[in-house]
Amino acid sequence: MALICATAAAAEPPRRVVSLNLCTDQLAMMLAAPGQLISVTHLAADPMISVMADQAAGFHINHARAEEIHALSPDLVLAVSWTPRHTVSMLRRLGIEVREMPLAERLEEIPANIAQIGEWLGREDEAEALIAEFEAGLAALAPGNPARPRAVLHYSSNYTSGPGTMAHQILTRAGFANIAEEAGIAGGGTLPMEQIVMLAPELLIQGQRYPGASRAEAVMDHPAMAALREGRSGTISDAEWVCGTPHVLRTLARLAGLHEQITGSE
Amino acid sequence: MRLAILLALLSTLVAVLFGASLLIGPAGLAPAQALAALIRGEGTAETLVMREIRLPRALLAAMIGASLGLAGAAMQGYLRNPLAEPGLIGVSGSAALGAVIALQTGAAAAFALALPLAALTGAVAAVALILMLAGRQGRSITLILAGIAVSAMAGALTSLVLNLSPNPFAAAEIMFWMMGSLADRSMSHVWLALPLMALGWALLATLGRGLDALTLGEDAAESLGHSLARLRLTLVAGTACVVGAGTAVAGAIGFVGLVVPHILRPAVGARPSHLLAASALGGAAMVLAADIAVRLILPERDLKLGVLTALVGAPLFLHLIYRTRREGL
Repeated sequence: MALICATAAAAEPPRRVVSLNLCTDQLAMMLAAPGQLISVTHLAADPMISVMADQAAGFHINHARAEEIHALSPDLVLAVSWTPRHTVSMLRRLGIEVREMPLAERLEEIPANIAQIGEWLGREDEAEALIAEFEAGLAALAPGNPARPRAVLHYSSNYTSGPGTMAHQILTRAGFANIAEEAGIAGGGTLPMEQIVMLAPELLIQGQRYPGASRAEAVMDHPAMAALREGRSGTISDAEWVCGTPHVLRTLARLAGLHEQITGSE
Repeated sequence: MRLAILLALLSTLVAVLFGASLLIGPAGLAPAQALAALIRGEGTAETLVMREIRLPRALLAAMIGASLGLAGAAMQGYLRNPLAEPGLIGVSGSAALGAVIALQTGAAAAFALALPLAALTGAVAAVALILMLAGRQGRSITLILAGIAVSAMAGALTSLVLNLSPNPFAAAEIMFWMMGSLADRSMSHVWLALPLMALGWALLATLGRGLDALTLGEDAAESLGHSLARLRLTLVAGTACVVGAGTAVAGAIGFVGLVVPHILRPAVGARPSHLLAASALGGAAMVLAADIAVRLILPERDLKLGVLTALVGAPLFLHLIYRTRREGL
């Protein structure tokens, strides 16, 4: 009898869930039962980086520090595999259950992450519905025109994404050839401006700007890049694809639209 | 005559390094192709690379190097102390603070010249403070202690301003402001720095005869008709102009003003007026060489210029302190 009770208790969904990362914040907000999720990170409430800032406003905001998390007495903490180790081990030492979601590096891994969060929250049905919605959305965005204009992703500090990243996968799925691949970049890396200019991409996709000033972002305004931008350019908001959530479909749709514009006008 | 030969040699060195700086880069252009693009504008992409990316970088390296060499030689001449150097005594750091404030408050975005002018303000405050604290004789211990205090304060405030910035990248740029880099600068930075720098060069160039006279002692200099007050004012204004303008666009690059005059001093017979011209050229050569080295050592990583100048400069600085102590200064 005692054993049965214990099993039943373990299967019971958590009641006080706290999320420590922007990506788990968003998936948890999409899946959790009302009142189940009690706190998300301050990043989730920042409209510059989060597509769900409005929803996040309704939750307690945390800064992913062990002490404040403990004070919330959660029965489940959602983290990711790159959450600072000392925070995770401190919470575990305090007897709090911490579960870590792996990083989604490909579009195909997004459903698995949704299912995982759904299982941890005891919201399998909601997860299944969200996965079905995502897969239908992805299928609807199948590339049209087979032409493959060459594009570059140009972020702050000349950072770019090459093969092996979700950004690259989304870019190529939208119908573009990524010049980072020509330059031999695998994963994330920097592509010097000189090389971007010499590779002469047809489309320059830059990240959004943040308030204040930084030298890292100044590269996007460099005259050489401005000259390149006179060709074609687009801006992608970090918020839409910083996390492997169904929101990446917005970026895919935006890029597919740019692809249609370029290939349609030729 | 000896000076003429030295200046000719240094000019050749600067020209060679300037050329090398223009020919080195990740685009992999052949030298003939690069020069054709730079001079005649052959090839759209090549021209963009040469005129908008490499030329400003080489120009800024030469301009900033000359400024630092000149400022170092002038300060050392005035204080008659080989340890005086804009980077070490916090002038560059204070200029960086001014620049960071102008950038983060949005003043630089509203009015382009606000950036160099704010850096100038920071530099003026630091030079004035240092000269006041060091006194006329510029005793080593007071000078270095005052420099440590000013540097620490400026560094802390720069970090604070960058940490308070709403920009997620700003805090990571503390390193740039403290160590300096010329990566991805553009012609607009050259135009931003040049007016103030040229003014500073002109001011510092007039110091030669006064500094020569000062080697005979203050009374002798005064009796030769050199007003020490005016000499000091010109030095403050000139140093602040060149260091402020340079730091505003490239961050604080240390040790150039220490190393270059030290190496060249024996070659000019220790005459401050001769040292000014030689140090300007030597400084240009040193920063050009350092900027070439950062691109050859770690092409993808934006290694900071100050790392290289400190690797050369810090051991020399230790040596100078040791010698100063031995001579009982």
